[in-house]
Amino acid sequence: MPKANVTFEDIGVTVTVPAGTRLIEISEKVGAGITYGCREGECATCMMKIVAGMENMSERSVLEDKVLQENMAGRQHRLACQA
Amino acid sequence: MSDGPVELAPGVHWLGALDPHLRVFDVILKTANGTSYNAYCVRGERGVAVIDTVKAEYADRFFASLEQVASYDEITVIVLNHLEPDHTGALPELMRRAPQARLYISVKAQMMLKALLKSEDLAFVPVDTGDTVDLGGRTLAFLNTPFLHWPDTQCTYLKEDALLFSGDVFGCHFCDGRLFNDRVGDFRFSFEYYYQHIMRPFREHVRHALDLIEPLDLALIAPAHGPILRDEPRAYVQRYRQLSAPQLRNEAADRAKTLLIFYISSYGNTARMALAVRDGAESVDGVRASLYDLQGGEVTPFVDLIEEADGIVFGSPTINGDAVKPIWDLLSSLAVVNIKDKLGAAFGSYGWTGEAVQMLEDRLRGLKLRVPVGGVRVKLIPSDEELDQCRRFGQQLAEHLTGRNARRVIDMSELLKEPHHAQG
Repeated sequence: MPKANVTFEDIGVTVTVPAGTRLIEISEKVGAGITYGCREGECATCMMKIVAGMENMSERSVLEDKVLQENMAGRQHRLACQA
Repeated sequence: MSDGPVELAPGVHWLGALDPHLRVFDVILKTANGTSYNAYCVRGERGVAVIDTVKAEYADRFFASLEQVASYDEITVIVLNHLEPDHTGALPELMRRAPQARLYISVKAQMMLKALLKSEDLAFVPVDTGDTVDLGGRTLAFLNTPFLHWPDTQCTYLKEDALLFSGDVFGCHFCDGRLFNDRVGDFRFSFEYYYQHIMRPFREHVRHALDLIEPLDLALIAPAHGPILRDEPRAYVQRYRQLSAPQLRNEAADRAKTLLIFYISSYGNTARMALAVRDGAESVDGVRASLYDLQGGEVTPFVDLIEEADGIVFGSPTINGDAVKPIWDLLSSLAVVNIKDKLGAAFGSYGWTGEAVQMLEDRLRGLKLRVPVGGVRVKLIPSDEELDQCRRFGQQLAEHLTGRNARRVIDMSELLKEPHHAQG
């Protein structure tokens, strides 16, 4: 299975994960500082900044794109529960 | 006494409803004096604006007042400063009676409005700070003040008259038909209580909002609950500024990252661990660690301390498979402060099973703290080696606080296998 490396800059931990794993599944277990609200892509609590490697991320879904726009997010932002 | 419209300025009226018998608001707030739901109406040369409405059961009174100062076909603007049901209860009916009126809401209110009205097919204008709407000789300017106390909240300023319709900001649950702050009974306790319970968790947002509000001329502040502030309105703005800042300067935080260690101990074992965690944390430059025995303190002052801290650690024995009540009491009292993104951790000694540490870590994550270092659990009396482990644990926490933690690479399978220990 293809692997990907995800680095959480706030705690300095890199996790090797199967490609396609959602960030929410990793960040909570590793104790990173991303906070979650609804976990369904609506509340934007888990908005995070991708500092590098955006090209390796999944495409934004219609819902994620809409919520990010409504919260005036920049191109480098994603929702950790959706991405 | 006010029943029906009350004039605040020529062509500006209060259309609210009094609810003097309410004793508990939204489950969490005591209301010894009931409350009021304040809605307002502003007349311009080319149209009338309605600002907020009332709780649904008071809709009849609201419409009766509105009909005395405007006809429905004159209403061109409906402003919603906040979408909670106590302010939007009469909205669907108002929209039905004045279908031509345009709805002005904050950008963040859009999805809430759709959920509130259970409709995707809605016409509204999302507005932000700097946006205005012209009523003809009168201008409403919007101030985006998110999280005071919901994501959607905004304030609306009537420029020509220097009136601020502030939504829940500067409000309180205090029902008095005399309406104006220079005429009602002493409501100061209620103003303070409202801030402490409603606004305090969002104090950073309060400061941002005050940056927008303080430069305004203020002849009067018209909040969505409680007395209308026409006598020295700026005093209430200043009070918010004071309340949103720490009372005494936090000298420790001026000099270092602060780590607070709260513990409770039956036989002194968790207490010995706490001392070792403190020593480990203190060995790192730039960290000030402090110990607090929960048995010797009340919850409220500890909540005040936690609000200012960079990291919090809880030491608890496990009794009957659970962390002990004083710890849960403290953890269930943190809703009034913002603790998101602080560093959290747990440790403790146990006799049989030792579930407390994991339960506390889960709770801390649930409260949106980051918990990057797995806690230390010791069966009964900590050995020298186990106390060393506690010191390393304290040191790791301190390194996380100061950004000096070692970078690590781990595999997802480690996290899935042993979530607790993989974090250490």
